[in-house]
Parts: sequence; structure tokens; C-alpha cells
Amino acid sequence: MTRLSRVVPLSLMLIAAAVAAACGGSKPAPQAPAPAAAPAPSGPNTDSIDQARRDSIARAQRTADSLRAEQDRLAAAIAAARNTITAMIYFDLDKSDLTDQDKASLDQKIPILNANASLRIKVAGNCDERGSDEYNLALGQRRAAAAKRYLTDHGVDGSRIDVISYGKERPVAQGHDEGAWAQNRNDQFEITAGGDNLRTSGQ
Amino acid sequence: MRILGIRTAAALVLLSAAAGTTYAQDSTKGVHIGLQYSPGTRPGVVVLPMLGVGGDSAQAIIQRDLDYGDRLTTIQNVGNVGVTTANVNYALFAKLGAAAIVQGFLGPTALHVLVHDVRGQKILVTRDFAVPATVGTPEWRFALHAASDEIEKSITGTRGIAATRVLFVRDGQIYVCDADGYDVKALSPKEGAMSPAWHPSGRYIAYSVFTKAGTEIVIQDLTNGGTRHLVGTPGGLNSAPVFTPDGKWVVYAHGDEVGTDLFAANPFSNDAARRITVGHGTDNTQPTFSPDGQQIAFTSGRSGHPEIYITDFDGTNAELLTPFEFGGEFYREGPDWSPDGRSVAFGSWIGGIFQVETISLRDRSVKQLTSEGRNEDPSYAPDSRHLVFTSSRSGVHELWVLDVESGRVRQLTFGSEARLAAWSRALVPSP
Repeated sequence: MTRLSRVVPLSLMLIAAAVAAACGGSKPAPQAPAPAAAPAPSGPNTDSIDQARRDSIARAQRTADSLRAEQDRLAAAIAAARNTITAMIYFDLDKSDLTDQDKASLDQKIPILNANASLRIKVAGNCDERGSDEYNLALGQRRAAAAKRYLTDHGVDGSRIDVISYGKERPVAQGHDEGAWAQNRNDQFEITAGGDNLRTSGQ
Repeated sequence: MRILGIRTAAALVLLSAAAGTTYAQDSTKGVHIGLQYSPGTRPGVVVLPMLGVGGDSAQAIIQRDLDYGDRLTTIQNVGNVGVTTANVNYALFAKLGAAAIVQGFLGPTALHVLVHDVRGQKILVTRDFAVPATVGTPEWRFALHAASDEIEKSITGTRGIAATRVLFVRDGQIYVCDADGYDVKALSPKEGAMSPAWHPSGRYIAYSVFTKAGTEIVIQDLTNGGTRHLVGTPGGLNSAPVFTPDGKWVVYAHGDEVGTDLFAANPFSNDAARRITVGHGTDNTQPTFSPDGQQIAFTSGRSGHPEIYITDFDGTNAELLTPFEFGGEFYREGPDWSPDGRSVAFGSWIGGIFQVETISLRDRSVKQLTSEGRNEDPSYAPDSRHLVFTSSRSGVHELWVLDVESGRVRQLTFGSEARLAAWSRALVPSP
């Protein structure tokens, strides 16, 4: 933002300087444009005024474009970081063991947690519909605790990670087949604080 | 259902008048209507139409209660045949297959009941039962249920279970209904409530709710709806509460980051809870007490998959209860200890679906009680003979009641899904 606001007065100054040079310095305002019927007095000085104006406008445009691109890139990076943090991991039937895929997903969360000290997350453990309602609360708790333990074993402060179980009470998929069940045996990750302006590990 | 319809009863009357003694078979399979009955079978009982305002409802309620008790065969739609103001025609009732007659007069404040012994040809018992003035209210119905339970006791020797209630979960709320399925009432707001349990006095209930921080145990006073949250193990998972038989403690499952174990807390204070099980990172939940309060049966995954274990109340002497068999898939959960102390009912994964089983504490023999649909989370009635459980057999998860001795089932709840039932003790003190 600051760069753009500096550009504008500079271009005005350039235009004013060019006009002052063309008019001998005493008249501050540029002449009104000559009627189209009469050819404008052409010559090196008028052309260069127009050119200078076009150049500074083009420069302002490029600056604005690159600023916007920078903002888009930043937003995309933040979104990607959020997606990485909230990416779910999945479990086998009646198990709370982390698969290699689960560990890879958790590995990607670690640098983001390290780069954002105020980031807090909540891990919710879930189960498919087949087992007991009450026993599944304990299994879901174990699944959430397993993810937390992996993160704390890799240096993340445990006080930043809350753990909760929903058992089989909050399925993401409503079907009654292995496709739905596999989706429901999961840990879900929610950002509970510090999720704005996430810095990725590269910054 | 062993019911004698009116046409058959009338036919009996005519036949017996014409041909002397008659032996008739009811159209329902396996029912015997004879001139005599033997102990151990189901004695027939006639509940006569009752005089007084509300008499029709009272007769229907008492007749249904006796039928639901599964110890008596109600002989229905007999009309006032055989009864005059002067005397009872016992011989006629004997031919109908009745061993007992219940006669009632509903007054403004009490139900006056006479129970007749048909074979003895005399009045067995005369009782007055206090009844609220307004006919048809839940309180009025419950007073009649209490009368049914005493009537059943006078005929069979065993108190009935009509004056009891069942807690359950529907749509994240705790509900209660009477044992006959009537007077369904929500008790809690919608907070993801689960696992209701009765205090032995019937005055309090416990259940768990989801909060932002995890799950918490709630103790609710049914007299005023007041609630308190247990803080004996703050944070984490706190679920599956049950009161001790003396009502002094609540035992529940607490899970944090190293497995789930059973803890005991004072339900009415903020004291720290005491650990019971030491699961070493395994899951231990769903406690149920022996009637003497000395032992707990519970579900544990310590062997690698859920089975039912027993431990002493102080956490010592934990041992496997359900038989461990090699090969196949096993998953046993949701135990409930019978009030007579003799068995534990539980859900068992059989052939890819849950069924209700019981295991005898005496010889560890296992009996399968259900086979249709998915059946789980059994809870015993105070007579240790009836169980309420969750079944999918109607297409929707609902509560059903099973009589363990006869195998008869009846649907208790209707409408949207119901599960996680808890049957109360007798809620009206024995006179």
C-alpha cells in the first residue's frame, strides 16, 4: 500500500516538471488541449510530456498489479497453510495407530505450528457407526490423543493442542458402507486461535 | 401374547353349559385353557370392567400391566359375565381358565380392589390404593401402575414392574417414559446428552453432555430440574456414569491422553475423583454394579478388542468375564448387572451384527437372547426378568422390552430414534 501512494505524487511531480520545462517554468498549469481541428503543435517537448505521463501511469499500474499478485500469493499461501493444518487423518477399524499417511500429514503441520507461535488447534477423534456408542467415545479420544502425542513428540508444545472425542456421534459421511465408514474413522483438526495471517515455514 | 378373545370366551361359556367340562384351545399357539392350572404356568386372570369415573381406563391400564408382566395370562373382553352384586360365579370363571379375578371400584381419591381366588372360591385380598383426583394425568396413571404391581404380587407372589420408568436418549436429549411406553417427556436440553443412569432413590439422574472442552457428567435433580456438572476429573472425556447401589458415589469413565479408566466421584461435591481401574493406556468404560455394590462389570479393550471384565470396587482383582475364544471377531460391550445379582447382560458381535447375550455369574454359561436386526445396550428391569434394549428390527433404532423367560418382545418407543436405555428401580415404595 505504501509503495503505491508514493508512486502517485511522484508521477504528478514528473508531469509538473515536464510541463514547467515545456512552458519556460513560469506557468504552473498545463494549457488546455488545443482543438482537434488544428493540429497540435508537435515537437519533441509535447511528445515527451505525453510519454512521461503514459510511462508513470504504466509504472503505477505495474506496481498495483504486482502488489495485487503479492497479496494473492500471500492469501493462497495462508489458505494452503490452513488446509494443511485442518487436513484430516484416517484410521483402520477399531484402531488408533497412525498410518504412514497419517504421519506424513502430521509432518506437514509441524512447520506451520512452529512458524506461528499463537496458533492453537483442537483435535477431534471420530469413529464409524458400527461399534458401541459409549465405547466409541473412548476410541475417538484415543485417536485424537495419538495425533497430539505425535505432534508433541516432534516438539510442538502440548498446551497449544486440545483433544476431544465425538465417538460415532458426528459422522462426516452418512452412508452405511465401507466407503462412508472409512471416512468417518478420522481425526479432525480445527484452528481455535491464531489462524489469521498464517506464516508458512518458508517465510 | 396369550389372550382369549371374546368370541372364544363366549363359545366356552356356551359349550361348558351344554357339555359339562370343556377343554378348549386358544387360537394363539401354545396356550392351554383348561379347568385347572398348575403352578409354574401362567395363571389366567380376568380384570373386570371397573365402576367409577375413569373406570374404563383403569381397567385397561391394570389389564395391560398384568399382561406386560408376563407372569399372568389376561383373559380379555369377558364383560361382566358371572358377577352380580351378590356373588361371583366362580365356577364360570374357572371354565374360562381364570385362576384369579380382579374387581375394582374407582372412587374420587382411591381405587378399591378385590382380588378373588377362583379355585378357592373366595376373596384373596381387599386393598385400597390412593389415586389422584384428576383422571388421566401421568400421576393418575402411575398410581394405577402401583396398584397393578401389588395386585400381581398378591396373585403370583412377585411384585410387578409397572410403576417404573425408562430413561433414554433421543436427538441428543435425555427422555423418560413409563414402563408401558406412555408419558414420554424430555428431561434435558439438547446438548449431545448420552448415557443416562438412575440414582437408586429415583430422584436424581446422571448423564454426559458434550461441551467445548470435552464431555462432562451432569447430575440432575428430577424434583426441580436443577443440574450440576462433576469436576472430579476436569477436562477430557467423562462418560457412561452409573450410581453405586447405595447412591453415594457415581462411577464413570474418564479419558485424557493416556487411555480411559473408571473413576469414582461424590455426585454432590467438587472433590477430586478416585481412580478405580489402571488400564495402562487401554480403554475401560461402561461400568455396572453388582447389587451388593462390591463389584463392577465393565467393558475393556485391554486384550486388544472390547470384552466384559469384573473388578472389585477398589479396582483390584480385575478378571475377564466373557469367554475368550480364539479365532473369529469378538466385541462385547454395554454390560448391565441383573438386580438379583445372577447375570450380566451385554451386547455381543455375532455374525457381523450385535445381539444381546447374558452370562451367568454362577457357571459362566452364555445365552443369546436376540436374533432379529441389531440389538445392544440392555438394561434390566427390577424383576431381573425383563430387559429393555436398543433394536434396529423395525428399521429405526427403538427401545424394545424382552421377557427373558418367555422370549416375548414388545416395542417400547416409537417415532424418531431412541437408544441407551436405563430402567429404574421400583419408584413407588412397597407398602
